[in-house]
Amino acid sequence: MVVFDKPHALLDVPLHYCPGCTHGIIHRLVAEAIDELGIEGKTIGIAPVGCSVMAYDYFACDMIEAAHGRAPAVATGVKRADPEGHIVFTYQGDGDLASIGMAETVHAAARNENITVIFINNAIYGMTGGQMAPTSLPGQVTQTSPYGRDPKLCGYPIKVCEMLSELDGPEYLERVTVNNAKNVRTAKKAIKKAFQNQIDGKGFSLIEVLSSCPTNWGMTPSAALKWIDEKMIPYYPLGVYKDRSAEKEEAK
Amino acid sequence: MADKVLMKGNEAIAEAAIRAGCRHYFGYPITPQTEVAAYMAKVMPKIGGTFLQAESEIAAINMVYGVASCGLRVMTSSSSPGISLKGEGLSYLAGADLPALVVNVQRGGPGLGGIQPSQSDYFQATRGGGHGDYHMIVLAPSSVQEMAELTVKGFELADKYRMTSMILADGTMGQMMEPVSLDFDVAPMPEKPWATTGTKMAREHNIINSLYLKPDELEKGNFDRYEKYKIVEENEARYDEYLTDDADIIVAAFGIAARVSRNAVNEARSLGIKAGLIRPITLWPFPKAPFMKAAETAKAMISVELSMGQMIEDVRLATECRVPVTLCNRAGGMIPSPAQVLEAIKIAANGGEN
Repeated sequence: MVVFDKPHALLDVPLHYCPGCTHGIIHRLVAEAIDELGIEGKTIGIAPVGCSVMAYDYFACDMIEAAHGRAPAVATGVKRADPEGHIVFTYQGDGDLASIGMAETVHAAARNENITVIFINNAIYGMTGGQMAPTSLPGQVTQTSPYGRDPKLCGYPIKVCEMLSELDGPEYLERVTVNNAKNVRTAKKAIKKAFQNQIDGKGFSLIEVLSSCPTNWGMTPSAALKWIDEKMIPYYPLGVYKDRSAEKEEAK
Repeated sequence: MADKVLMKGNEAIAEAAIRAGCRHYFGYPITPQTEVAAYMAKVMPKIGGTFLQAESEIAAINMVYGVASCGLRVMTSSSSPGISLKGEGLSYLAGADLPALVVNVQRGGPGLGGIQPSQSDYFQATRGGGHGDYHMIVLAPSSVQEMAELTVKGFELADKYRMTSMILADGTMGQMMEPVSLDFDVAPMPEKPWATTGTKMAREHNIINSLYLKPDELEKGNFDRYEKYKIVEENEARYDEYLTDDADIIVAAFGIAARVSRNAVNEARSLGIKAGLIRPITLWPFPKAPFMKAAETAKAMISVELSMGQMIEDVRLATECRVPVTLCNRAGGMIPSPAQVLEAIKIAANGGEN
């Protein structure tokens, strides 16, 4: 009996992520969802600019590398090229999705573009060495906020799920994390639902995953997972922020 | 000869694109190219195509990138300030070797400039427009008929060479109406085994990408791309010549400037001045051969432009400065008159003296 196997949709290659980074877990969850739904052959993934820029080398499905922040626009093109035949997901970090690509994010959500967005929020720019992100917490020390993020100077973090939930467009918005086994299971369920929604033609689903960055947070991997519990979740509460199908059911 | 229809230049581009098999258009409103989007908005939904008004020029060009990745014919159109915003996407399209058609119905600049016709995006178009080493195939229509024909040609060349083709028109070409024959052949689209259309679990995954972190690999990509550009330069340079065989004075002009210049050349001939016109149809690749040939016998050349003098540099490069080349221009949305061009021809014929 096989009790553990590598998902087919994840290629058997070494990942470049730092020790303790949760990108690897999230990659696996996306790949498991693709496997379980049997959609690898029709899936096209869009990689961002940031730590997961080389995700195109890791997923077994067709992959496209987009310009910084533009993944939802590229995904829109790919989906419109064959709305019935293509399953399209983007995999984006907080700088990519919530800073330089905010317009693309908001408008894809507003159009209820039938795509799946996996949003990795680790409150920092990882790839460039730890600069302040649109989601860095007040007081958080980064390379470009060396005295701690001061909201008076650089404003407040953006709560993406809360913000997008005000739009009529999007089908499904949920914030999850992967810092313990229970949370990983919840995240898996959310990611799979986000793909299922697309298969069912329901529209835009975004799963925000609170993720760790031990390297740039300057912590051990275990301390980083604890920091998610103690600092991130209080600011970014987990849960479902929008589920239009469920709302419709309730209204009946 | 098929019947002709009266169309605006912008509409001719849109109709020709549809006839060329383009079923995906993404754009953002900007004058003076609006009719392209309006036409697409009206027609695309009725033929199973996609018209989508994007949230920005940047989003529009990236939607183009997405459809191009899937191997379908796709286009966007804009005008000068909007093309600047698309610059990022143009660079990525080149870096990922994706075919697409981009239309620039130019207006005066820099900055927000104005909405009157201009040719001042010549450098931007012929040198690439975005960052990095690359070229686009740049086509310069001089009539509404050519707006249509070069649109089809643009798609064909883009697919043939996996490059972006740009229609570099101007506000006059976009707005004026002329009779057009839409009866043209469209070459079948080549196979695109590189496209990201899903593996169907039957092949290795395809990757569309412009990132190469190993410098030797990135260099090789650049070298290979420039080998391809060499083939394009050898085979795809297009131009039109008018009365150049015995010409002492060669006028170089494209687009609306070429139409004004043709009138001036006729008037010069009636005054006994042997003037001729070379009209580049491709601005990249620049048609060097007719200029080199003309430089053997001509006494002088004049570059007539709706800019502060951009194509003039290519005329000088093409002729290796063997003859004097002067500029006859208006800028900022103004158009040279035939009288202004005639005056420039007279001065050139007089050895540069008034």
